[in-house]
Amino acid sequence: MSTWFVSLWQGLPPWSQITLRSLGGIIAILVPLMVAVAYLTFAERKIIGYMQVRIGPNRVGPRGWLQPIADALKLLMKEIIIPTNANKYLFVLAPVLSIGPALVAWAVIPFTSRLVLANINASLLFVLAMTSMGVYGIVIAGWASNSKYAFLGSMRSAAQIVAYEIAMGFALVGVLMVAGTINLREIVLRQSGNVFHWYIWPLFPLFLVYFISGVAETNRSPFDVAEGESEIVAGFHVEYSGMAFAVFFLAEYANMILISALTATMFLGGWMAPFDVAPFTWVPPLFWFLAKVSVLLFFFLWFRATFPRYRYDQIMRLGWKVLIPVTLVWITLIGVVMFFTPWGHHFR
Amino acid sequence: MKTLKQYFKSFLLVELVRGLSLTGRQLFARKITIQYPDERTPLSPRFRGLHALRRYPNGEERCIACKLCEAVCPALAITIESDQRADGTRRTTRYDIDLTKCIFCGFCEESCPVDSIVETRVFDYHGEQRGDLYYTKPMLLDVGDRNEYQIAADRAADARYR
Amino acid sequence: MTFGQFIFYFFAAVLLFAATMVITIRNPVKAALFLVLAFFSAAGLWVLLEAEFLAIALVLVYVGAVMVLFLFVVMMLDVNLVRLSEGFGEYLPIGGIVAVLMVLEMTVILGSRHFGLQRFPAPAGHAANYSNTRELGMQLYTVYVYPFELAALVLLVAIVAAIALTLRRRARTKYQDPSLQVQVRRQDRVRIVKMAAEKKT
Repeated sequence: MSTWFVSLWQGLPPWSQITLRSLGGIIAILVPLMVAVAYLTFAERKIIGYMQVRIGPNRVGPRGWLQPIADALKLLMKEIIIPTNANKYLFVLAPVLSIGPALVAWAVIPFTSRLVLANINASLLFVLAMTSMGVYGIVIAGWASNSKYAFLGSMRSAAQIVAYEIAMGFALVGVLMVAGTINLREIVLRQSGNVFHWYIWPLFPLFLVYFISGVAETNRSPFDVAEGESEIVAGFHVEYSGMAFAVFFLAEYANMILISALTATMFLGGWMAPFDVAPFTWVPPLFWFLAKVSVLLFFFLWFRATFPRYRYDQIMRLGWKVLIPVTLVWITLIGVVMFFTPWGHHFR
Repeated sequence: MKTLKQYFKSFLLVELVRGLSLTGRQLFARKITIQYPDERTPLSPRFRGLHALRRYPNGEERCIACKLCEAVCPALAITIESDQRADGTRRTTRYDIDLTKCIFCGFCEESCPVDSIVETRVFDYHGEQRGDLYYTKPMLLDVGDRNEYQIAADRAADARYR
Repeated sequence: MTFGQFIFYFFAAVLLFAATMVITIRNPVKAALFLVLAFFSAAGLWVLLEAEFLAIALVLVYVGAVMVLFLFVVMMLDVNLVRLSEGFGEYLPIGGIVAVLMVLEMTVILGSRHFGLQRFPAPAGHAANYSNTRELGMQLYTVYVYPFELAALVLLVAIVAAIALTLRRRARTKYQDPSLQVQVRRQDRVRIVKMAAEKKT
C-alpha cells in the first residue's frame, strides 16, 4: 500500500509535486491555526471570567469545551446582511482583505529549525509588509458599510495602525542590529544557548514596545478604540453579520497569535529550550515554541481583563511621543554598546 | 528627585504591573457565580415577584372587590369590575393585572385589607407574546393555588415585623 | 511559455488594468484601492526580478503606510464628482498630445535597438542564500553613503518643515498632561478637616 503511494507520488510531474507539498504545508498550518483561534476565543472568555470572579461559559459540552463550535455553527447559519446603500463588492471584499494578510504571514514563521513553510531570506520584512496590509480590511469595511460608526471606527484604526507600525518597525530594527540578519530562522538560531542568550534581556525596552505596539496593532484592549463599544457601537464591523463578521473575528485572533509567535521568535528564542540541560532538551522544540506563544497570548487576555480602554488622543500620544522616542534611544544605545564598548562582541 | 522617581515609576510600568497583579490574584480566587437554573440565590419573604390572588382555606376567594389596590396602583396596571353574587356578597367579576405595566412596587399588597392580592417569590415566568403577560382573574387565582403553601409561610414569617 | 513568463504576464496585465482603472474610475476611494492593487502587482514583478527587498519595501511603505494615509484623506473628503469631470474634454487634446509624445519617446529610447533582450546577457542566477538586502545595505552605506545621507537630510528638513507649518499653539487650549494626571495622589487633592460636632441649639 505505502509503496503504491510512493510510486504514485514519484509518477507526478515535479511542478505538481511542489504544488501539492505547498498545499499540504498550508493546510497543516491553517487547520491547527483555525482550531487555535476557536479555542482562543474560549480561553479568552474563560480567563476573563475567572479574573472577574466568574466561571465563564460552561454549558455547551463538558465544562463548556464545545462552546466555540456552537458559536461557529451559529455564525455560519446566520444571514449575511448587506446594507442597502453599502458598496456591495467592497463590503464583501473587506473581511477577505482582513484575514488574508493575517494568514499569509504564517508562511514564514519558523516553528522549529526545520518546520517552516517558506524559509525566505527577507522573512522579517515579509511579515512586516503583510501585517501592515491588514489595516485595509478594516478601512474598507468602515467605508463600504456606509455607516457613521463604522466609518469612525475605520478612521481611528487607520491612524492608530500607521502610528504603531512605526514603533513596531523601530523595535525590530534593534533586533536586526543585534542579530545581523532578517531571516526569522537565523534570528532564532542566534539566540541559541540558554535563557540568557535570548534577546529579551539586552532589548527589554524594545520587547515591551514591540508587544505593546502588537496589542495596538491587533486592535486589542486597551487599544480597541476601532470597535470601542461604548463610543461607536462596534466600530468598523457594526454592519456585518453572520460569517462575514466571523471572518473579522478570525482575523483579529489569528493576528493575535501571529504577534505572539513573532514576539516569541524575536525576543524569546523561538523553539529554543530555556536551558540546554537534560530535562529541558527532552521536550520537542515545537512544544517550547507553542508554550511561549501561549504565555504571550495569555498576556493579551490578561491585559484585556485588567486595563480600561485608552482615550484616543492618549493612544496617539503614547505611540508617537513615548514609544517611538524610547525605541530610538535604545537603538542608539545598542549601537554604541555594539561598536564602542568591550561588550560589543556579544552581539556580533 | 520626585520627578526622577516618577520617571522610573512610569517607565518601569509599576502601576500596570500592580493592576495586572490584582487581576492575576483574582484568577485564583473562589468564584462566586451561582449557576442559576440549578442553583438559586436566597430570596426574602418580602420578595415581590409574580402576583397571586389567595383563597380562604375553605376555598372561598378572599377578594371583596374594595378596589383599594386599583386605586393605589401607580402604574394603573390593575383593572377591577365587581358585581353582587347570588349569596349577597360583593365579588369581582374581573380582576386583571397587566404585568407589562406593573412596576412591582407592592402597594396593592400593602393596601389589601384581606390579604387577597399578594406578590409571590415567582420571578421566572415568561410570555411568548405581549398578551401572555396580561394576567386575568383565573390565572392569578391559579398562581395563588399553586403557591399557597409558600405564600402562607412568607406571610407568617413576616407577620412579627408588621 | 514557462511558468515564470506566465506569472510575469499575469502581473503585468493586472498592473496595466489597475493603472488604467486608477485614472478612469469615478469614485476616488476605488481609484485609491486600484492604485494599491497596482503597487502590489509592481511588487510582484520586482520579486520576479529577484529584487525582493525593493518589492517588500514597496509593499511595506507604499501599500502599508502611504496609501493608508491617502485613503484616510480621500475617504474624508466629500469630492464632488460632477465638477471634477467637467474640465475633462477641455484638457483632452493637450493631455493626449503629451501622452502620445511620451509613448513615442519611450519607444525610441526603450526600443529593442537599445534595450533588446539580445543586448543584455541574462544576469547570473544567485545562490539560494543570496541576500539582496545585505548587498543593498553594503552599496548604500559604502559607495553611495554621501548621496544617501544627503537624501536623509532632505527628508528630515521636509519633516521639520511640515511640522513647523502645521504646528499651531492655540491660546486657550485645554490640553491635559496625562503624566501629570497620573501623578496626582489623594493627598494632593483631598483635605480632611477634623471638626468638633456642633451642638443642637
